[in-house]
Amino acid sequence: METAEFLAASRLVIVAGKGGVGKTTVSATLAMAAARSGLAVQLLEIEGKSGLSSLFGREALAYDDAELAPGIRGRTITPDEALLDYLKAHGLSRVSKRLVSSGALEIVATAAPGIRDILVLGKVKQLEQERSADLLVLDAPAAGHAITFLLAARALLDTVGVGPINAQARDVLELLTDPARCQVMLVTLPEETPVNELIDTAYHLEDRVGVSLGPVVVNGVVAELPGLDTDPEAAAEAGGVSLRPGEAESMRAAAAFRAERRELQVEQVARLSSALPLPQIHLPFLFGPDLGSAELGTLTDAFTAGITALETVSGP
Amino acid sequence: MPEATREATPLLDLVDTASVLVCCGSGGVGKTTTAAVIALEAARRGRRAAVVTIDPARRLANAMGLEALSNEPSQVQGDWPGELWALMLDTKRTFDSLVAAHAGDEAQTQRILANRFYQNISGALSGTQEYMATEKLYELHHERDFDLVVVDTPPSRHALDFLDAPRRLTRFLDHRLYRILMAPTRGAMKAVSVAAQAFVRTLTKVVGGEVFDDAITFFTAFDGMEKGFKQRAEAVMGLLADEGTSFVLIASPRRDTVAEADYFASKLAEEGIDVSALVVNRMHPRFGEGLAEAAAARAETLAGTPLGDHYANLADFRLAASGEEQHLADLTAKVAPAPVVRVPMLSTDVHDLAGLAAVADHLFAAAGQG
Repeated sequence: METAEFLAASRLVIVAGKGGVGKTTVSATLAMAAARSGLAVQLLEIEGKSGLSSLFGREALAYDDAELAPGIRGRTITPDEALLDYLKAHGLSRVSKRLVSSGALEIVATAAPGIRDILVLGKVKQLEQERSADLLVLDAPAAGHAITFLLAARALLDTVGVGPINAQARDVLELLTDPARCQVMLVTLPEETPVNELIDTAYHLEDRVGVSLGPVVVNGVVAELPGLDTDPEAAAEAGGVSLRPGEAESMRAAAAFRAERRELQVEQVARLSSALPLPQIHLPFLFGPDLGSAELGTLTDAFTAGITALETVSGP
Repeated sequence: MPEATREATPLLDLVDTASVLVCCGSGGVGKTTTAAVIALEAARRGRRAAVVTIDPARRLANAMGLEALSNEPSQVQGDWPGELWALMLDTKRTFDSLVAAHAGDEAQTQRILANRFYQNISGALSGTQEYMATEKLYELHHERDFDLVVVDTPPSRHALDFLDAPRRLTRFLDHRLYRILMAPTRGAMKAVSVAAQAFVRTLTKVVGGEVFDDAITFFTAFDGMEKGFKQRAEAVMGLLADEGTSFVLIASPRRDTVAEADYFASKLAEEGIDVSALVVNRMHPRFGEGLAEAAAARAETLAGTPLGDHYANLADFRLAASGEEQHLADLTAKVAPAPVVRVPMLSTDVHDLAGLAAVADHLFAAAGQG
């Protein structure tokens, strides 16, 4: 499938997964792939330091837009600032500063949890409606909050029966459940616990929020090296190369380690495929210590190749 | 599973002497497993130990031979001289018990538990999970008489909410807006300024009136309980600052998780708390003594041959191992003189007690610490 066609299938992609699976890296990779295919992308992070900007070698993101790379802009969204925007838009700017500075937001957020999430998602919805970019990529909150975050709209409709927050929640829910406008891309590692959690999250999101799920990104897949099947001593002899003392043992141990890791990963990927009928995009495990533009390039190549290999027109 | 023969290490010393061990770190670094392994080791060394987990994954319960974990400690059966108990924090139930303990009577408890605003707070107020984790810790330490309580902290974005959590609720109860809300029911409506009334009206416009009705009902029901809550919160904070309480920082050697751990270490230092040990899980093994660059150069020369793949593989793992040490350098310096325990990447998740014991052999191995 063409990258551009695939990525233009919905205007907002929410990248979600538990902490430590590389959600932020995948968000940046998706943005890069889209920018390469000519789309104007806006990357959105939600308060806190996701490290998104450092992947592009830039300063931390602010509430205002900043360019991260050609074709990619980025910004952060905080509930407090989203609330100010919201109040201004509703003619309540006079009290808005006080509302935030007095810490009243904390009380309000307690009175109806999910208000923070709705304020943030409401801002995302506004950006989506303004068509502020061809593709919006939202790096969702980490640590298993994805479900709560995305369920906030549904939950708030029950808590807050009337008023502007209720209207906002309705709008957000409409956005989340319209596949032409929004899809959720789940990220996992090819390991037992993350795969279990991803499967649970996927069913929850489909059943309880009604969002449309794009392909699953499996991050950190160790690449196969077919030559490792040959014993190092035999390989050296065949190549007419002599090994240093102890080198063959190191090679054997390293080959066994890689084979074992790969076997476990293949098993988990297979389990994921059978439990969750969604296409998968695999990104390679990066052995090196750095994660900058060169590495982002490698991941983007793999991501684009993964999209090209997809058969169904399911969108991101 | 009797006591394993071990050489003395600083971490083992903590297992023998601490009364509370708080495991902190970001999500996905093996914090829950490490906490369980520490508690198991204490039981094997004759102590009465409990581990409190936050992780809802059932795997740990099953690994300890339990159907599931509940909010009350369950004893893990095993052949060791001490005792091992495990529980999984249920934030709402813990909060409910706290309310029941401080309420004047059963009717007050029921009024609060039935209130929608309370249900929201107990489930979702930011920091509530952290608060209840410390509350549970206090209960186990003081009321259940455990020698050692190991607690796995929530993978909070605001990393050290945990340290401050008990105070958050009391701050919440002290909030000016709360007093504004309470004023009418205290018959002091006339004292509420016009500005404050406008403020409440605005809020009502934004979130709808029923939210406020719920809140007022809650605060009315809660009236008189603040003092007990505050005293308890102070006692819990006292336990965290006690010298028998130690903090173990758990990380994995990836750049982002090291950065998180580094942030944690700084925050603990700001609070005047020393890190007692740093545990780094999932370290890549190093194969051979050579440099990654040398192997990579050989791999390039021999590209396309099986031997080239072997060199590429060596280069990959050497690059990973040296990169990890590079990431850890600043952090180990920052937590010095705390010992750093490196646990290798294990090939499987832990599925049973033998699996936990295998991790213990790495965690308490004398080699590789320093």
